[in-house]
Amino acid sequence: MATSRGITFKLSLFILVSCTVIFTAIFGYNYLFSRRIIAKNIAESAKNLTSATVNKIDSVLQSVEKSPQNIAAFLEQSSCTKEEIMGLLRSAVESNPEIYGATIAFEPYGFDKGSLYFAPYFYKSEGETKFSYLGGDSYQYFYWDWYQIPKELDRPVWSEPYFDEGGGGVIMSTYSVPFYETVDGKRQFMGIVTADVSLAWLQEIVSSIKIAKTGYGFLISRNGTVLTHPSAKFIMNDTIFGLAEVLNDKNMRRLGRDMINGKSGFAPSAKNWICYAPLASSGWSLGVVFPKSELMADITNLNRIMWALALIGIAILFVVIILISRSITKPLRVLARATGDIAKGNLDFEMPAIKSKDEVGGLADSFIYMRTALKKYIKDLTETTAAKERMESELHIARDIQMSILPKIFPPFPHRSEFDIYAMLEPAKEVGGDLYDFFFIDNDNFCFVVGDVSGKGVPASLFMAIIKTLIKATAKDTKDPAEILNKVNKDIATDNTSRMFITIFCGVLNLKSGEVFYVNCGHNPPLVLRSGGESELIKGPGGPAVGIFAGLNYEKGRFLLGVSDTVCLYTDGVTEAFNERREQFSLERLKKELAANKNDSVRRIIERSVEGIKSFVRGAPQSDDITLLALRYFGKA
Amino acid sequence: MKRTIAFSALAFLFLASSASTETAPLKKVSFIPQWAPQAQFAGYYVAYEKGFYKKYGLDVTIINGGPDRLPSDYLKEGKADFATLWLSTGIEERSQGVKLVSLAQIIQRSALMLIAKASRGITKPEDLNGKKVGLWPSIYQIQPRAFFKKYNLDVKIIPQSYSVNLFLRDGVDAVSAMWFNEYHTIVNSGYDPEELTSFFFYDYGLNFPEDGIYTLEETFEKDPASCAAFVRASLEGWQYAFEHPDEALDIVLKYMREAHVPANRMHQKWMLERMRDLLSLDDSGVPSGILSPADYNRVAEKLKESDTIKEIPDFKVFFKGYRDYGDK
Repeated sequence: MATSRGITFKLSLFILVSCTVIFTAIFGYNYLFSRRIIAKNIAESAKNLTSATVNKIDSVLQSVEKSPQNIAAFLEQSSCTKEEIMGLLRSAVESNPEIYGATIAFEPYGFDKGSLYFAPYFYKSEGETKFSYLGGDSYQYFYWDWYQIPKELDRPVWSEPYFDEGGGGVIMSTYSVPFYETVDGKRQFMGIVTADVSLAWLQEIVSSIKIAKTGYGFLISRNGTVLTHPSAKFIMNDTIFGLAEVLNDKNMRRLGRDMINGKSGFAPSAKNWICYAPLASSGWSLGVVFPKSELMADITNLNRIMWALALIGIAILFVVIILISRSITKPLRVLARATGDIAKGNLDFEMPAIKSKDEVGGLADSFIYMRTALKKYIKDLTETTAAKERMESELHIARDIQMSILPKIFPPFPHRSEFDIYAMLEPAKEVGGDLYDFFFIDNDNFCFVVGDVSGKGVPASLFMAIIKTLIKATAKDTKDPAEILNKVNKDIATDNTSRMFITIFCGVLNLKSGEVFYVNCGHNPPLVLRSGGESELIKGPGGPAVGIFAGLNYEKGRFLLGVSDTVCLYTDGVTEAFNERREQFSLERLKKELAANKNDSVRRIIERSVEGIKSFVRGAPQSDDITLLALRYFGKA
Repeated sequence: MKRTIAFSALAFLFLASSASTETAPLKKVSFIPQWAPQAQFAGYYVAYEKGFYKKYGLDVTIINGGPDRLPSDYLKEGKADFATLWLSTGIEERSQGVKLVSLAQIIQRSALMLIAKASRGITKPEDLNGKKVGLWPSIYQIQPRAFFKKYNLDVKIIPQSYSVNLFLRDGVDAVSAMWFNEYHTIVNSGYDPEELTSFFFYDYGLNFPEDGIYTLEETFEKDPASCAAFVRASLEGWQYAFEHPDEALDIVLKYMREAHVPANRMHQKWMLERMRDLLSLDDSGVPSGILSPADYNRVAEKLKESDTIKEIPDFKVFFKGYRDYGDK
């Protein structure tokens, strides 16, 4: 269960984290890019909207400007009578619905040398055109803005808007045009023509600007006074600078300065964008507030929806990953349990069907095949092991039999003092084919044999037993070793279907003379340790190993053993005994070993030599038997 | 026993009620400031609203001032018992025979100033030479004219009305202003203080303390205690206004709205803060209300120099400091 959770967990974690990162990157980029595009579009449409509104307002103001401008021009061209002036003013007020009132105000004593003030004023009131004269001690119009500013500035001016004194809360502005007369070539200021204009329509135009839910337009005067604004409490009561002071907003003050200085632009702030442009006529400035969050609401919503969809997608992905990883890990769990069963040695567990055809299915198929193969293998192994055990026990028995046919009692002939003999066969792991034997042919002739059968195992040991028996049987009829071996060879080589052979050294010692006749059939040459000190290798004559060619006549050789001379026979298992470095013990080492102990008893010589061999090979497992035989002649009894 | 307690309780109630009816009835007086309601007069409105006048035994009616209501006329015609006037106006009226007396000098430091635009190269008095300067009429011209004389300036004086628009439109190079009023209006019309060059007459040895409380000599002589009480209550009102500016502004704005005057809280806040500077509070936050002979003589002498007055009225006759009268 832990492993299945592991794969599911890892898959879910890595895939979901990757998906989230990818989604975040895509959505983030998309969001920012969309925002930028929208902001750009808004800036553009903001400018268009603002300039369109500004043009609309300007066109109205400029149409109003015409009437007082025309009157001023008329007054400059010709001197008018009082009646003409009255007529001009009345028609200006009556024919222009936008004009609430109009006056022509002259400089002190400018129109009538007898009166300080002359300013006839026509105005609309309750649907009628009324008339009065402006000016008096309490209204010295020369010092009022509408008169003074155009006079000092020498140009027509829209006044700062003001509340209509007649009540009704109508915002008014006065357009004042100075007029002049030329006296003696000098242009001389004469007075001011004004038109009072209600700005109620201004409110309508500006308040028609609605952007999203809270976007709005506002208009400020040259002094920054709020002329229109959705919040009525600001109108005519606050300047943009006063509001900036309340909010402690330096950006707002900067914006206000730009606006009253006739600049236009697009000012971003934290919450809003403000697009602003001046009116060409009056120098007032229109600002349009674009609420950022509302204009970005769509993209924000879209982003939110995308995120919601992404979350749902990730949730679905999560479920799918879990299902897939379950479907993968379920057979894996089954296989894991099966593996556990196999580990416990149970191959007969029930294997649940795994239907999928994918890699896991393949694994399950392989697993089933493995189980079958394992079962078969174990069955075979059991049989083989049994067979091997049987064979080994047979080999063991063969070994025992082989060993048992070798003479093992030393000294074998304690009543004979002419010689002493000792032999040893150290078997290799497998059953080998070495043999040694010795026996009296008659009272004076003593036969001793060492052989080495080709091959190993039971056939070798059987062959060796046969050879031993044959030699012993043949020696009953003759004491000539050549004859013995000729006969043995003949018997073996004929019908030797197994093509086995044996190397043999067979010697017959005449106990009276110390004379040894021998035949060496392909065997290692024996070594004679003379009592005088030197050692002698007895080479040739001889012939090939016994059992190969029938009808051979072996040639016998002869040497003489002096008193206390010792002859040593050995098999190639001695000289070819090897250590871990694959170095052979060699004849030289054997010679030294034997020579070093030649004054000891034969038994001692053999034992020492065997010890020497063992210390040389240092426990390296030997493939050949090690056989040593030593015979010492003591002379005639 | 029970009867006795009930009886004595009744007796106590009777005594208590008779005691309250026995307190002196409030004296009915009226007061007119020089101008429409604004923080320049915060102390009086606050004193009224917080009941300080009543505390001093006065039932005050505050008459709204305005451009068409001259406080000196209201005093002369008996339409108001108390009024605020500039010290220079007070001296001028007195020397012209109007028997009025100063009860307290509220503003100690002249708020009158000239404002010029640094951008038009005006940074020191000499720079005003040959420029167009807007000046208010009559009494407002004494300090600037003395100032021009002092620096030997030849300026073109343009009559200035109630607004500073002529200055804002560059129709004049410098304009008269009250520090607590027009200065802030100009700043809140988009000029940064750094862009403006301010000439305070106070800084040029021309300190004409402005608003003081005046009454007719006759009124004063009839009831000096009430006059002193009016001053004390008004000064307490000022002290309270400075200690509770938000509350004071609420009161002022209420009066402004009632008088249908454009009411801008930030502007009134500025005005109240400047009044604090101009009133010269002592360490415990109390305005002194005292007219110093030095200030009096300076103003009177300049008025005489400018031929506004012929004779300098006797200071002792002119100023009836509230501290010398009344019961506190």
